[in-house]
Amino acid sequence: MSQLHNKPSVDQIWEWLDAVPDPEIPVISLVDLGIIRGVEWIDDTLTVSVTPTYSGCPATSIINLDIDTALRDHGIEHLELKTQISPAWTTDWMSDKGRAKLEDYGIAPPQPAGGPERCPNCRSTNVTKVSQFGSTPCKAHWRCQDCLEPFDYFKCI
Amino acid sequence: MSTPITRDEAFLQFLLRMGDNTLILGHRVSEWCGHSPVLEEDIALANTALDLIGQTQFWLGLAGEVQGNGQSADDLAFLRDVWDFRNILLVEVPNGDFGRTLMRQFLFDAWHAIQLGRLMTSSDTRVAAIAEKTSKEVAYHLERSADTVVGLGDGTEESHRRMQEALDYLWPYVGEMFQSDAVDAEMVAAGIAPDPASLRGEYDALIERILADATLTIPDSRFGHRGGRTGKMHTEHLGHLLTQMQWLQRAYPGSNW
Repeated sequence: MSQLHNKPSVDQIWEWLDAVPDPEIPVISLVDLGIIRGVEWIDDTLTVSVTPTYSGCPATSIINLDIDTALRDHGIEHLELKTQISPAWTTDWMSDKGRAKLEDYGIAPPQPAGGPERCPNCRSTNVTKVSQFGSTPCKAHWRCQDCLEPFDYFKCI
Repeated sequence: MSTPITRDEAFLQFLLRMGDNTLILGHRVSEWCGHSPVLEEDIALANTALDLIGQTQFWLGLAGEVQGNGQSADDLAFLRDVWDFRNILLVEVPNGDFGRTLMRQFLFDAWHAIQLGRLMTSSDTRVAAIAEKTSKEVAYHLERSADTVVGLGDGTEESHRRMQEALDYLWPYVGEMFQSDAVDAEMVAAGIAPDPASLRGEYDALIERILADATLTIPDSRFGHRGGRTGKMHTEHLGHLLTQMQWLQRAYPGSNW
């Protein structure tokens, strides 16, 4: 228990994690993405629960490695990463900050209607689906009929 | 008369069936990578394969846990021989042309979506959690494969002909998805999984609607090849598939990236 005073607060940990970028979409953080489900001290061990986006997402192991590296760099020695699959990850958990950053980056954020609200490049609402799948499992491929640019849409699940 | 199956054995068999289906279909679909008719389809198939292989990690990971002898999902995928696989025969048939691949995907996705929907209320919380997670992805797979089956079936004369041929070829493999045995009876008794036969009505309603939109005719026969999900008799194709899928791990045991 003598180490108690060395334990950074849970709020502090969240702040650190919010600085860890998503490996495939580096403009948003892992916290923005909504995949960090819990941060908790259990005695002297910090437990971080992570929810995978898609079952086969190749970034999952990199994400765990990035979390591990970031927290160890901040001096956390006893760390446990837990994979939590229920409740299943949903794009509803993506932060508003994350959605805005996605759009600025050229990726249309998820919409409950099932398609992008507008083209992330020219803001036209005249958009059409090219394919249900895009460059990664989490995205679909759309195109703007006005500026004619193809763009990624972050699928709503 | 063989000795009755224990609940743990039945549970393991059930998990292998779920995981082997997604593993073998995932591998088959991944064979298209770099060969699809257009880039968007190539990406779509690769992403579908990725989801299926990811789902396999959940099912075979849990199978390893239940088996309790320290085998990982990777061990189960790469170190079992053909007679230990429990996937339905449908998923091991070769890709054929693009139409046959998409028809196979649709026939599987329709079953998979219904099955996972039922498994979300499984008495085993781990099974329910995997079903909850994977059903979201499978809903997407089904939306796409159904769209494509309609697009190609109700398409040109040639695409229609090929889709009808694909349906005729694959239809005798559909029945196996709904055959029940002692493993299923144990799973039903434990509240872990539904009786496969109980899914048939919903399945038929779904595929009849989509195949009608696709202007395709469902064959009359209800004959079903069987043997995959019990491991009694696989097609000759599975051995070839495993030879390709497993050779690296077999040739260089224990190697990893």
